[in-house]
Amino acid sequence: MPRNVKSLNGAGFSVSVLVSVGRHPLTARARRADHDARAVEMALSLNDASVQLIHAGDNDTASEEALRGYLGMGVSGVKRIEQASNADVVPALTNILRFAAPQLVLTGTRAETGEGSGLVPYLLAESLGWTVVSGLAEIESIEQGVATVLQALPRGKRRRLQVRLPAIATVDSSAPAARQSAFGPARRGELTDCAYASVIDELQTQWHIQPARKRPKRLKIVKSASARDRFKAAAAKADSGGGQLLSDVTPEQGAEAIFTLLKEEGVLR
Amino acid sequence: MSEIIRRDPRREWIARNRLHPEYANVLADMGGGGGGAVSEWQGPNGAVRKNPRAIGFIGPNGVKRIDRSGLQQGGQSAATTTAARDSRRMVTIDQPAFLVAVVPDMTGGRLSTHDKDLLGLARRLADADAERPGAVVAILFGEHKEAALGEAGIDQVVHLDDNSYAGFAPEACLAALSGVEREMAPRFWLLPDSPLGGSELGRRLAVRLGERPATQVWQVEADAHSETSWRCTARGAAGSVDITRHLPRVVLALAECAEPVSETRHAAQPVALPQPLPDVLGRLKDMGEVAVDPASVSLAEAEFILSAGNGVKDWEGYHRAAQVLGAAKGASRVAVDDGFMARDRQVGASGTWVSARVYVAVGISGAIQHLQGIQSCDKVVTINLDERCDMVKRADLAVIGDAGEILAALVARVERYREQQQENRDAA
Repeated sequence: MPRNVKSLNGAGFSVSVLVSVGRHPLTARARRADHDARAVEMALSLNDASVQLIHAGDNDTASEEALRGYLGMGVSGVKRIEQASNADVVPALTNILRFAAPQLVLTGTRAETGEGSGLVPYLLAESLGWTVVSGLAEIESIEQGVATVLQALPRGKRRRLQVRLPAIATVDSSAPAARQSAFGPARRGELTDCAYASVIDELQTQWHIQPARKRPKRLKIVKSASARDRFKAAAAKADSGGGQLLSDVTPEQGAEAIFTLLKEEGVLR
Repeated sequence: MSEIIRRDPRREWIARNRLHPEYANVLADMGGGGGGAVSEWQGPNGAVRKNPRAIGFIGPNGVKRIDRSGLQQGGQSAATTTAARDSRRMVTIDQPAFLVAVVPDMTGGRLSTHDKDLLGLARRLADADAERPGAVVAILFGEHKEAALGEAGIDQVVHLDDNSYAGFAPEACLAALSGVEREMAPRFWLLPDSPLGGSELGRRLAVRLGERPATQVWQVEADAHSETSWRCTARGAAGSVDITRHLPRVVLALAECAEPVSETRHAAQPVALPQPLPDVLGRLKDMGEVAVDPASVSLAEAEFILSAGNGVKDWEGYHRAAQVLGAAKGASRVAVDDGFMARDRQVGASGTWVSARVYVAVGISGAIQHLQGIQSCDKVVTINLDERCDMVKRADLAVIGDAGEILAALVARVERYREQQQENRDAA
């Protein structure tokens, strides 16, 4: 759904989207990252905004194919900053964003490869002195340098926020799903290379990285002095018991009891 | 009274002979005046004597029953349970060697299980050296309803109860945490890596402090080679790898990162910051929560579900009830197989595992597969015809009766309530 965006001074509203190379969870192939693709989708849904895609990372065939996945969504080009595979991309991105000075930067919540700590937007915001918003679900309007956005909360709730621009916003899986990538535009799109010296992440070399182990299931430990209590806890059926049972009541009385409970729990709006 | 134990051979003889007519009275005397036959008393030499025949009671079918839960001993059980509760060691740390700061989420004003796990982790970090224990400082924002802060393992509480922290105010919270860092300089900062706010605030704090945090930490172990003497295992790359590294100063931990505190109680002493915190000019403004359409929320994360099963005959009435109540619609397997509900609405082992706060089951008998699916629901309400079914046993409130009639009555009641609210609003 295209959004009406009235930008400052009538000039074209500029949005930058930071995109990364994702990894398919099953096949481990390089692909467009899911959250980043949703960020691109959100940027494209803004009316007459100029969208610029920026990628910092290493420059091989697999990652080029993945970046073409974004181009297939209808973007004319991606600006690619070549960095070593173990480099810290924050200095390069800070530099390019300071130079490009977009009003809004969108990006995924966290990368699908590498450390995936989700810190990049916060680091960029701190070094640029911009605002940062997390978990965007929708951009409602942008007026007078203030964006009104909906932030996604757990349990499908939404919170309305007003953000002073320029801002960096992260997008996660509660944002609208990304459109399909089309083959023709993906081939025609251009990848523009630009150079920036890699800053190697020294700390990461000390880490020990291995495929994720399955987390141990937490045991239900019953700390009780009496063997009978421990046995009862181990053998107990998982029923809460002690519930209230209303039989032989009129439908009205039953409904009243349910209504009282719903009101106490605060689910009736 | 003298300490010498006086023997009465005749009474002892009666006590040994349970066919003696005075047997019960003698036993009662020996047991210290308790009513009825006594099962335990002190013998002549101070040894405890037991009468196995005095234990137990005659059951409804005339069979002797022995209940070893302690309930038959009469009033003793309550005393033992309170003693057990008080047996948790009270720990007070007056001169902490260092501080471990924890910023719990406090969803709904209470410590969540994630917060309690995190406090358990904080306790492990603080209590590692018994000679020089550290203290756990919890920083709480806004009002809270939690009464058992000390029992969760908190030594000191910095409670910032100010209007500026109400709602969503990450900038004000961040300024407050920077103030805590300045004044107290904790050795570790622990925050929950949860979407409820901890993950955002933790990342903001780490960036502000200039520390590189460990995110999505799920295991922390002692490690003599590390500079902080701890090592942590964190998930990375969208959960596909484990990163083992030294434990940094700022840690964002996942749920179940440690066992919650259960054996000790702590002081939870209120601490005030020496200097008032400066006001911050926020660039983010909270406009409040927005009402969302319950049908658009995925079933797994819906808060309030009205679920229908085989017992529902009036489907129009059911859909109308879900709409009026503002509940997400769920269904049992039978309702889905019969074509009354869509497959993606199925709750249970082969459908969705729901986590609703309130789950209303209409005409669902409660097959074990369905009960598995609603394991993590807080309150379960059921409307059912059969009062012996498993769903009624699981439910917190069970209403026995015809589903259609009760739903219609409930809809009428809710509509009346809405009207009253509307009138009040108009009057005001």
